[in-house]
Amino acid sequence: MKLLIINGHVVDPSQGIDGLHDILIESGKIASISPKGKLKAPAKAKTIDAAGRFVIPGLVDMHVHLREPGFEHKETISTGTHAAVRGGFTSVCCMPNTSPVNDNAGITEYILKKAAQEGMCGVFPIGAVTKGQMGEELAEFGMMLEEGCVAFSDDGRPVVDSRIMRRALEYSRAFGACIISHSEDPALSLDGVMNEGLVSQSLGLVGIPRQAEETMVYRDVALAELTGGRVHIAHVSTEGSVRIIREAKTRGINVTAETCPHYFSVTEAACEGFNGNAKVNPPLRTEPDIAAIKAGLSDGTLDAIATDHAPHHRNEKQREFDQAPPGISGLETALGLTLALVREGVMDMTDLVEKMALKPSMILGLDRGTLAQGAVADITIVDADVEYDVNIDEFVSKGKNTPFAGWRLKGRAVATIVKGKVHEWEK
Amino acid sequence: MLKSKDLLDIKSLEAGEIESILEASAGYKDVLRRDIKKVPTLRGRTVVILFFEPSTRTRTSFELAAKRLSCDVVNFSVPNSAVVKGETIVDTALTVEALGAETVIVRHKSSGVPHLLGRSLKASVINAGDGINEHPTQALLDAFTMKEKKGSFKGLEVAIVGDVLHSRVAKSNIYCLNKLGAKVRLIGPPTLVNESMGTDLARVYYSMEEGLRGVDVVMMLRIQMERQGGGFFPSTEEYFKLWGLNEQRLALADRDAIVMHPGPMNRGIEISSGIADGPQSVILQQVTNGLAVRMAVMHLLASGGRA
Repeated sequence: MKLLIINGHVVDPSQGIDGLHDILIESGKIASISPKGKLKAPAKAKTIDAAGRFVIPGLVDMHVHLREPGFEHKETISTGTHAAVRGGFTSVCCMPNTSPVNDNAGITEYILKKAAQEGMCGVFPIGAVTKGQMGEELAEFGMMLEEGCVAFSDDGRPVVDSRIMRRALEYSRAFGACIISHSEDPALSLDGVMNEGLVSQSLGLVGIPRQAEETMVYRDVALAELTGGRVHIAHVSTEGSVRIIREAKTRGINVTAETCPHYFSVTEAACEGFNGNAKVNPPLRTEPDIAAIKAGLSDGTLDAIATDHAPHHRNEKQREFDQAPPGISGLETALGLTLALVREGVMDMTDLVEKMALKPSMILGLDRGTLAQGAVADITIVDADVEYDVNIDEFVSKGKNTPFAGWRLKGRAVATIVKGKVHEWEK
Repeated sequence: MLKSKDLLDIKSLEAGEIESILEASAGYKDVLRRDIKKVPTLRGRTVVILFFEPSTRTRTSFELAAKRLSCDVVNFSVPNSAVVKGETIVDTALTVEALGAETVIVRHKSSGVPHLLGRSLKASVINAGDGINEHPTQALLDAFTMKEKKGSFKGLEVAIVGDVLHSRVAKSNIYCLNKLGAKVRLIGPPTLVNESMGTDLARVYYSMEEGLRGVDVVMMLRIQMERQGGGFFPSTEEYFKLWGLNEQRLALADRDAIVMHPGPMNRGIEISSGIADGPQSVILQQVTNGLAVRMAVMHLLASGGRA
């Protein structure tokens, strides 16, 4: 099976490509990539004319919740990966807070088996840092890595005990794997359901101060310095966290970081009217935080954009605000929201590809995020000009929980190619 | 005139709406002075009191107010049981509406529940207290009482004392008094009176002596014992010593100042017994006025905002 993508504007920072190129795909791999018109088209190749479109390495989402096993009413590996592909992602890294928790090679094997049977895109599990995510004993990093895990995190809950976090960062050095930190001091965020400030006060909701995140970001940066381990800070939401990470990088500490589209697109004001779909952890913050996160993306302090795709069943969100589970279904809006930053001049297409494909692959050691000859043929074709309203009824994900419902977005994936297999929506 | 079918909070009311409620309340206060205190105004209207939090005082007040308007009143007390049975709160409310409820009076420990129900139901929803958000009818009855005693809100200095941070009563009062033109002071320890609460709407004092000077109204809030465990203050003894209302402190207020309390009181913790029972106290009148105000609110909402 041969596939030819012609006339597209290829952006691939791994090779320094930013211009019109043609790509030939054979047996699920990139067979060759050359400037437009230079490729010899083989006979019987299916051809996609990508004129006027961006052709980029398939997007890699290093932070999603696929909910399987255990919470299949919220999402499954099948629906979650389908939503990923619809959103332009060819790889997703699923967090371990399933039921049971992915804290051993058996669960990892189960997830990967399901993904092979039902998944539409690459699935790379992230194992738990501690057994049962209880924060007490290290999980079996070595065996989980062997089975296919790519990093470790107790995401959803922080590793509260600093000694355990230190050990995790030390032990993981044996494998070069990184520890992904859900940075939150649970004593400081106790009972909180949104950002602490005038809006939380006005709504009578208990706030979470930004310092609940920042003190833990600082702690984990300090522990990375102590141990020489690699720490990756998940879902950065505050100006202070950006500042701490920037300073740590300047000092040469082994830290990387991600933010999510909702942290640079919308503020805490979205919670007005007790809108449970705007409840997420860490919470939506303020305009100065958005500005700082954009600056962090711009100067490279923030390496990656991940969705923290956290689907929930509809009636779980349509209830008491403080009882609704936190999370945003993000896979199908991430690209549109991030393209807005390109138009705004916060970043260019090369940066977008770096933050949504190349850097996540590098941080996790995945052989993705590149269109180099011989690479896995994971490719996203993007129409950056198409405008549309976010319609949750059209979401492929089971999770319709998003504060962006009804938003007008510009730009989306029109075709997502996973290992050479084309999923196309618009001609 | 009221613009919404619901009374969810004071925050979204306009001054004119508050004034029209106070005006209608005065009429019902007259009714309550008659020998026969029942009027046929809302005969046959079905009122359901849907309380997810235990309450005797507020529930009784609403129930009596509805009965005096000749409504059919049903109490639907479900402290947590819906959650236990797995039913969503919206389903519970829809069930109540399907039984014929035209007015639903709701109290819940989660902020925003009346707003959620207001969106989900055709019935009028009245907020009888949601979490630490608002308790609009309490603020209205407090305003009615102040107006009765002081005549006007213009230049009126009102000190709200105590656990402002967790008080829906304080919050509704802060909005209400600002809309009516009064000046609000908040007094309490910094753990319970956040400085940012002072933004635009009130001045914040950490000292009773400074905060009470010259005020026309002293509104004491109930202190909840569990706040001690939450690290908000070290002991009730220290709390009363520093922020309790005693005779010496009250003497700093205007000599005609009135003392209010939404009840139930902790005598000797936030307020001395002498003051609670003294000539400046209007605490029991607040309770009586609550009936008139709740009758007015139910009537205004039932008649599409016009009484």
